[in-house]
Amino acid sequence: MKIQILGTGCPKCHQLEQNARLAVSQLGLNAEVERVSDIREIMKFGVMMTPGLAVDGQVKSAGKVLSVEDVRKLLQP
Amino acid sequence: MDWRTQWKALLFLLTGFLVSFYLPVGSLRFDHAVLEAFHLVRWYAREHVLLCLVPALFIAGAIGVFVSQAAVMRYLGPRANKVLAYGVASISGSVLAVCSCTVLPLFAGIYRMGAGLGPAAAFLYSGPAINILAIILSARILGIEIGVARAVGAILFSVVIGLAMHFIFRKEEQAKAEAAAYLPEPEVRRPLGHNALYFASMVAVLVFANWGRPEQASGLWHAVYGVKWMLTSLAAAALAVMLVAWFGLSWRRALLAAVPVIGLALIFPRQPMIPFAGAVFMLSAVTSTAGGEMEEWFATSWTFAKQILPLLLMGVFVAGILLGRPGEEGLIPSQWVTRAVGGNSLGANLFASIAGAFMYFATLTEVPIVQGLIGSGMGKGPALALLLAGPALSLPSILVIRSVMGMRKTVVFIALVVVMATISGLVFGALF
Repeated sequence: MKIQILGTGCPKCHQLEQNARLAVSQLGLNAEVERVSDIREIMKFGVMMTPGLAVDGQVKSAGKVLSVEDVRKLLQP
Repeated sequence: MDWRTQWKALLFLLTGFLVSFYLPVGSLRFDHAVLEAFHLVRWYAREHVLLCLVPALFIAGAIGVFVSQAAVMRYLGPRANKVLAYGVASISGSVLAVCSCTVLPLFAGIYRMGAGLGPAAAFLYSGPAINILAIILSARILGIEIGVARAVGAILFSVVIGLAMHFIFRKEEQAKAEAAAYLPEPEVRRPLGHNALYFASMVAVLVFANWGRPEQASGLWHAVYGVKWMLTSLAAAALAVMLVAWFGLSWRRALLAAVPVIGLALIFPRQPMIPFAGAVFMLSAVTSTAGGEMEEWFATSWTFAKQILPLLLMGVFVAGILLGRPGEEGLIPSQWVTRAVGGNSLGANLFASIAGAFMYFATLTEVPIVQGLIGSGMGKGPALALLLAGPALSLPSILVIRSVMGMRKTVVFIALVVVMATISGLVFGALF
């Protein structure tokens, strides 16, 4: 499972990345959490409002800093 | 000793030493400038932070949380009505670009995946320019005419700039982005009327708490001034009722907040700052621990405060050192300012626009700097020109825009901003 955090680098993006990592460790998933900061890469996902979160290449959320709880709900099968 | 790894430390120490050695302490101009900086900082803290900035921060936080960005994005996405997109792009900056770093991805998205170059350029310009905190502070410190002119100018000219960009580059095909735009579904929210009244009550608190003393002791303005704190309290009470009725704040918390404030108002009837400060404190205390949207509201406002207040403090200090308080001298002699940007000539406005376009202003710092410049002799026209060109552009942001739009479009964009700002300055300077 690959989780990508899409954002150019402001506090909100950091927060989302932290929450995502926490959710992953809480669920005990074997997932990779990656940060995408280049605008052109972010656009390839179709995301206009950062921060965004994609799971295995699919955008699941944009424009919101999801809480750890929210991320867990997304990741749970 | 490998100097190749040590040269930075050497440079740092050497520079520090030379600056300290040649510090012009004792020269009249320098000492006076430093004192002016402290005077200015204190003036801001006493006159503007509590009554103006704090309510403005709560309003900005509310915009971030309660105005649906997803709903606004519908008007700027790929299927948007192009005409409507310009209008929406020109005013939605405050709503969409809540975090300053989101302006650039949004711009890139609107340009490549959404409504196109025109609305994207309009948004790029208006986003930073229609910063709600900046407009409020400008109106308060530089005068209501400049505040309004800034807002109106930003909206009007963002549409003009957007249309101009679209027209100039109409023959170029946009490379379609590979992915379709991901637009989040707008969540069902409370009725528009509730939101509107909620914002209105906060704006009322802001407006009445800052109602200035008029020169004549008669007339409507003076009558309102006489009862400004009563009106402020009524607006605050209305806000409290709305928070309980529509926004999920428990009435226990509202009561817990209200009682000490009312108490303070009764104990200190002649010092309205005290109950006002108490109200700010209690509102913060009950919302930050309430969970849900109330906590989100406070958290957003708090994030803004952390980002903006330290930079504003530094900006005020720098403005004080360089330019002094209005009517006083700083490090930069007033004559230089008057010669470069005094009056309302084409040259003055143009100089101000170009300087503004390339200078970097951290959010809100343009206000104390322009205040200092006006105090040192800058004309009102050039001041507006600087305010319209300054926040929208800076050397770092220009470089990033270039990576999205390419050199040619970026140059045209900058030229349009400078021209629009100059014209606005000329017109404003002539009228006021």
